[in-house]
Amino acid sequence: MPQSDGGLARNVRGRGGRGDTAFRVTLTALAAIIPLLFVALVGQLLWSAWPAIRAFGARFLFSSTWDPVAGIYGAGPMIFGTLYSSVIALVLAVPLAIGVSIFLTEFAPVWLRRPVGTLVELLAAIPSVVYGLWGIFVLIPLLRTYVLPPLQAVLGWTPLFSGTFFGNSMLAAGILLAVMILPYISSVSREVLAAVPPSQREAALALGATRWEAVWSAVLPYARSGLIGAVVLGLGRALGETMAVVMVIGNRHDLSLSLVDPGYTMAAIIANEFNEATGLQRAALFEIGLVLFGVTVAVNALARLLVWRVARDSAAGSAAL
Amino acid sequence: MTGLTVLAALLALLPLFAIFADLVAKGASSVNWDFFVQNPPTAGATGGGVANAIMGTLLVVGVAALVGLPVGIGAGVYLAEYGGSPFATIVRFLADVLNGTPSVIAGIFVWTWVVRPMGHFSGLSGGIALAVLMLPMVTRTTEEMVRLVPHSLREAALALGYPRWRTTLQIMVRAAWPGILTGGLVAVARIAGETAPLLFTALGNLNFKTNLLQPMQTLSLQIYVFATSPFAAWHRLAWGAALVLMAMVLAVGMAARYATRSRVGRG
Repeated sequence: MPQSDGGLARNVRGRGGRGDTAFRVTLTALAAIIPLLFVALVGQLLWSAWPAIRAFGARFLFSSTWDPVAGIYGAGPMIFGTLYSSVIALVLAVPLAIGVSIFLTEFAPVWLRRPVGTLVELLAAIPSVVYGLWGIFVLIPLLRTYVLPPLQAVLGWTPLFSGTFFGNSMLAAGILLAVMILPYISSVSREVLAAVPPSQREAALALGATRWEAVWSAVLPYARSGLIGAVVLGLGRALGETMAVVMVIGNRHDLSLSLVDPGYTMAAIIANEFNEATGLQRAALFEIGLVLFGVTVAVNALARLLVWRVARDSAAGSAAL
Repeated sequence: MTGLTVLAALLALLPLFAIFADLVAKGASSVNWDFFVQNPPTAGATGGGVANAIMGTLLVVGVAALVGLPVGIGAGVYLAEYGGSPFATIVRFLADVLNGTPSVIAGIFVWTWVVRPMGHFSGLSGGIALAVLMLPMVTRTTEEMVRLVPHSLREAALALGYPRWRTTLQIMVRAAWPGILTGGLVAVARIAGETAPLLFTALGNLNFKTNLLQPMQTLSLQIYVFATSPFAAWHRLAWGAALVLMAMVLAVGMAARYATRSRVGRG
């Protein structure tokens, strides 16, 4: 919503004309840095990735060979690992995040809402590398000693839990990612739920619904697309997360459905190999960066669209993003 | 069913408390005087501190703030004051796109445009990489804050014959300043713990450096290197560094909250 001043600025130009022009030019130049950065980023990624794009074509996305000696590169395992670890994170984080936001907007006593909301959002303040540190020295030993032995005793025959657990694994990465995206999903879903008109709730309650039934049958359906947007936003965060993942996922070019096996992600291989890479390997890493960038841009655009559909009338909806 | 949402809230808070408890339990013991004034020991040796990384963090984040805040605030004021044009719509959209870009991409981007032309890694390039991450955040929060200032203030100033630029700077930006400051500090807190973009720019350094043109250590890089090393002494320093980094991030975050509370930005 542009803030028009109804031509007032023009009327006073007599006094501030030159200063106004200089001011406007300066601000425009500062604002122009953002599109310049974007063009430089996309152009540079395409340019640097071009040798790899020309050498491997579409095969790059599916091949699982990563052989710096032979000069053959494929991003299959990294693309798979990025998607798989993010899906694990969503499966764990979404029920919790939506549960928290329902609790905070519908059921919690008013005095409790702010402090609990602030604490959950504090999870977003913890640096990624600190999550990684905690993952290595606390989460993985915990999984090894207390979680996986009983889990594998019961579910070890399924493809999800077969194999030997060495610590660094898809599961550890997925759990860390889940904790990291939880505050983002819950803060946007809180905004979305708060934007549901009270009349929806009141109508359901007037028809004799319990408070939970009102939430389930009136509030959640109304907020559905916004909640999906919140989840997609969390997905965008998980896809690009680097440090915590690189520290616990094991960094192996393998394709495995098992949660206890190590894996690799697009962001992780860039972090690991970029400084040592030259020539075609560096181009391949840039191509992975390009793919990662494209995917996150698409996912974030989708999230914005979904949240905007519910929260377009509330300023809160846009602030949350 | 209501109980399930309570359970969700408890489960969501569990990792927060666990991480903070572990940071204090494992980190506090390594934080002493030496920790702040000495450099890391050689691999395998004990003692030492992370003075180099604390200095490096302050310098790299300082460069990022120096570059990112003025540009971001300027761009944000532009969007709030001249936001109706198609150009502004494009800027706003691209700021949102850049905001969702993985930080590791900012790292390889700045490597290509700064590190490679310069020929070597440097603290300066690390600061620029973090500034790239800050810029879109600061731009969007500044825009939101300036938009919150009541329109009547602008009309009053213009009616008194103020030129447009003085109206913007002395009335609109001044009224929104606590909010702008909060947005800026939140962005600083967010980038202070970033590691991935620094891997290919600041690189890290086990020595104490204040020259921004040389490779530079930060707390985040130090935590990464020490945590993934096989040495117990380095692990202890990693926990101490994590505790200090977390304290710095929280201190900046609290300063951000205080900035909005001390003066009312809504007019």
